[in-house]
Amino acid sequence: MSQYVLRRLLIAVPSLLAISLVLFVVLALAPGDPFSELATNPNVPPEVQAALRAKFGLDDPIYLRYLHWLNAMLHGDWGFSFVSRMNVDTLILQRLPATLYVIGSAQILALLIAIPVGVYAATKPYSLFDQIANTLAFVGFSLPTFFTGILFILIFSVTLDWLPFVYTTDIKATGIRWVLEMIRQAIMPVAVLGLFQAASMTRFVRSAMLDVIRLDYVTTARAKGLGQTTVIIKHVMRNAMIPVVTLIALQMPAVFGGAIVTEQIFRIPGIGSLLISSILSNDTPVVMAVTFVFACLVVLFNLIADVLYGWLDPRISLR
Amino acid sequence: MLEKELRSMIGQVKDGRMDRRAFVKRLAAVGFTAPLANQLLALGGVAMAQSPAVYKPTKRGGGGPLKVLWWQGPTLLNPHFATGTKDQDGSRLFYEPLASWDADGNLNPILAAEIPSLANGGLAADAKSVVWKIKPGVKWHDGKPLTADDFVFTWQYASDPATAAVSISTYGDITVEKVSDLSIRILFKTPTPFWANAFVGAYGCVLPKHLFAEYKGSKSREAPNNLTPVGTGPYKFVEFKPGDVVRGELNPDYHMPNRPHFDTIEMKGGGDAVSAARAVIQTGEFDFAWNMQVEDDVLLRLEKGGKGKTVYATGGDIEFIAINFTDPNVEIDGERSSIKTKHPILSDPNVRKALALLVDRDSVKKAIYGRAGRTTANYLNGPEKFVSKNTSWEFNIEKASKMLDDAGWKVGADGVREKDGKKFKLLYQTSTNGPRQKTQAIVKQACQKAGIDVELKSVVASVFFSSDVANPDTYPKFYADIEEFQIPMTQPDPALHMRRYISANVATKENKWQGQNFPRYVNKEYDDAIAAAETETDPVKRAALYIKCNDLLWQDTVFIPVMHRLLVDACSNTLRPALSGWANRTDNIQDWYREA
Repeated sequence: MSQYVLRRLLIAVPSLLAISLVLFVVLALAPGDPFSELATNPNVPPEVQAALRAKFGLDDPIYLRYLHWLNAMLHGDWGFSFVSRMNVDTLILQRLPATLYVIGSAQILALLIAIPVGVYAATKPYSLFDQIANTLAFVGFSLPTFFTGILFILIFSVTLDWLPFVYTTDIKATGIRWVLEMIRQAIMPVAVLGLFQAASMTRFVRSAMLDVIRLDYVTTARAKGLGQTTVIIKHVMRNAMIPVVTLIALQMPAVFGGAIVTEQIFRIPGIGSLLISSILSNDTPVVMAVTFVFACLVVLFNLIADVLYGWLDPRISLR
Repeated sequence: MLEKELRSMIGQVKDGRMDRRAFVKRLAAVGFTAPLANQLLALGGVAMAQSPAVYKPTKRGGGGPLKVLWWQGPTLLNPHFATGTKDQDGSRLFYEPLASWDADGNLNPILAAEIPSLANGGLAADAKSVVWKIKPGVKWHDGKPLTADDFVFTWQYASDPATAAVSISTYGDITVEKVSDLSIRILFKTPTPFWANAFVGAYGCVLPKHLFAEYKGSKSREAPNNLTPVGTGPYKFVEFKPGDVVRGELNPDYHMPNRPHFDTIEMKGGGDAVSAARAVIQTGEFDFAWNMQVEDDVLLRLEKGGKGKTVYATGGDIEFIAINFTDPNVEIDGERSSIKTKHPILSDPNVRKALALLVDRDSVKKAIYGRAGRTTANYLNGPEKFVSKNTSWEFNIEKASKMLDDAGWKVGADGVREKDGKKFKLLYQTSTNGPRQKTQAIVKQACQKAGIDVELKSVVASVFFSSDVANPDTYPKFYADIEEFQIPMTQPDPALHMRRYISANVATKENKWQGQNFPRYVNKEYDDAIAAAETETDPVKRAALYIKCNDLLWQDTVFIPVMHRLLVDACSNTLRPALSGWANRTDNIQDWYREA
């Protein structure tokens, strides 16, 4: 097992290297530099802009810049933001808690909805409950998060005035009030992200359950006289969860992607909004670092999925 | 008796305990006219109408929290590294300059004891130096006193190329020397009629020498105070998360009486303009939102029965269509739009005039800019004393068609004009942006009616405004016949704004297209007028010269001004912000208050 994990980690190294190379080259070829805002400012002569470019090494050839970056990265130096003039890792660490809080809660919400609803719908296929759940799921994953986000704001903030739509990181309160405020301001973004996830997951859980529920061993279990709950939870769910785990793991990057839009709409200071503002201001080191973090997450979650398989289904041998 | 009372009242106005209007009213009660009262104030050392913003609060603090929304949040808090206005706005909460610009483009003293003038001996007659007196008793947030040394240091810091400060353009060509502990002298190499650049406005913020002295030059980016500012401003630094939030609290030792009004300030970043407008106007979660680049229709809809409104400040930002004087389709020595060529169609002044007649500025204003724009014939739109009254504009398709007929461009079989077998076709480029592309459509329609075939092109802003030498689509390369964008006017003086278009500044391959004269306009008369204006010390003659320059640009139709754009912000109904179109939004933050 540990040997397997180790080998997978070693395989991850060249793929991460390749990813970083592609990212770097694409970013280097993209037009614009972080000082373009100075271009139309008549107060700033073009020489100043040229000097700044030289100072930040933007005039070096691409391969040299990549090697510099790689070397610094190996030493744990994530680079230096052109725009904020501070270290990129500080910038990302500052933003990470908000993203993890929102995405984590959204994912938990999605699971809490998808698994019970999907399982229940599968035990009574084509019943009224199943039909309703199916319809809602279709509606859910047909609506993009940027649309539901704005819809939620219009309904719950503007019309009803129940919830704030600007997320604040430091709420001026302590104890239980702080917790309540944190929850209150996260309701909308978490609901937007969570419901979107839950919709497609419900469909998946349902079909995975249906595949398993018809198998002979389930009939055997029933014939043994086991109760419905035991059969479903102990025998069916465990096997049905294998494809679901894959789906969840592979969807994690998509969740981060969806979070970028949601963070922008609700002004959540997470790494998604950091990515957008950095792209807008052509702050290449930050864009590079954030996209690289996303790449690492994809690799990591794939690995986690593989390890979970072994736990769910001992027949799958990890060699 | 009367004299004694008068003097005490003037004193009160001077340090802000009584406002100007109250003073004038009191005097009116005893039979003095308003102009006379103002004169009395001037004699008493209160400059004329320095601060049109009336400040009502009578004590420091008590205003509660001030929450403002910048949809692009500040990313750093060192005013000398601030590339964009968002960073300057954030820094300005904590750092202060000697003076700021008020709504009319006049100087408003902040750290200065008085505004230098010829009368008080601050300005030299030859315009080669200026002496600023620093207000006594000002303290940095850490308790150290503010002295002339801080100003001299700030100059050394910003003018050192190794520091890589963006304000080097302001400080590079001057020398600053200490006269006494509380006064400095700025020396210019050449006579400089516009002396209020260094230590004024956004790049004028002074840094504390005792905290930055070790971080001058190449070590500049290691300074811990780059992220934790210690200034003299109305608010003390509490917290900063780049791009997300800047927070400050009331500075109990602030040097202006009764200021600031608010106990805390929070500047939140992120999101987009429309939802920022919502948070202020509809839900009232925030008090103020910056830069509402939103169509007027949307704003009007939000404002119906809302908790806030939009506010406007007039500056000199001009949206225009520039005309290429050179040929973008002929390559000479690997360079298109080379100064050695002449535009085959647009080099005829009558054709350019006809083109100007085809821009329906009223429709553009009605359909796009609404309250945020003013139609104008001028390239130079402020301050008032520099605005030409000699120009005019009209929208007249028939007149334009006739002028084109007279110029030899006859309508061909396909409805497009031609001359000597050449079709009247223009490539019209701009940066990708809703309002600009709508303007393109309006202009194209009128041109079609007049028999001109216009091809529209829009370039992503990050490319269009970049200095990338390798990219053909940047605005200085101008590989098109006409192009539209906006040039902001960052200070209430036309010197830099007008200097761009002298012949020496033509953008060429040789100067890597960094010359700022992108229309490639060459006119000896214009060059001479600019040269004369730059050394003219008589303000009236100088204004006349800049008006002449504006009129030359108009006569020669170098630009077709589309819209004089105003700054638009969203503001809660009770907040009274002190805004100026000549300064950043937070440049007079000490004067903001909330009406009870």
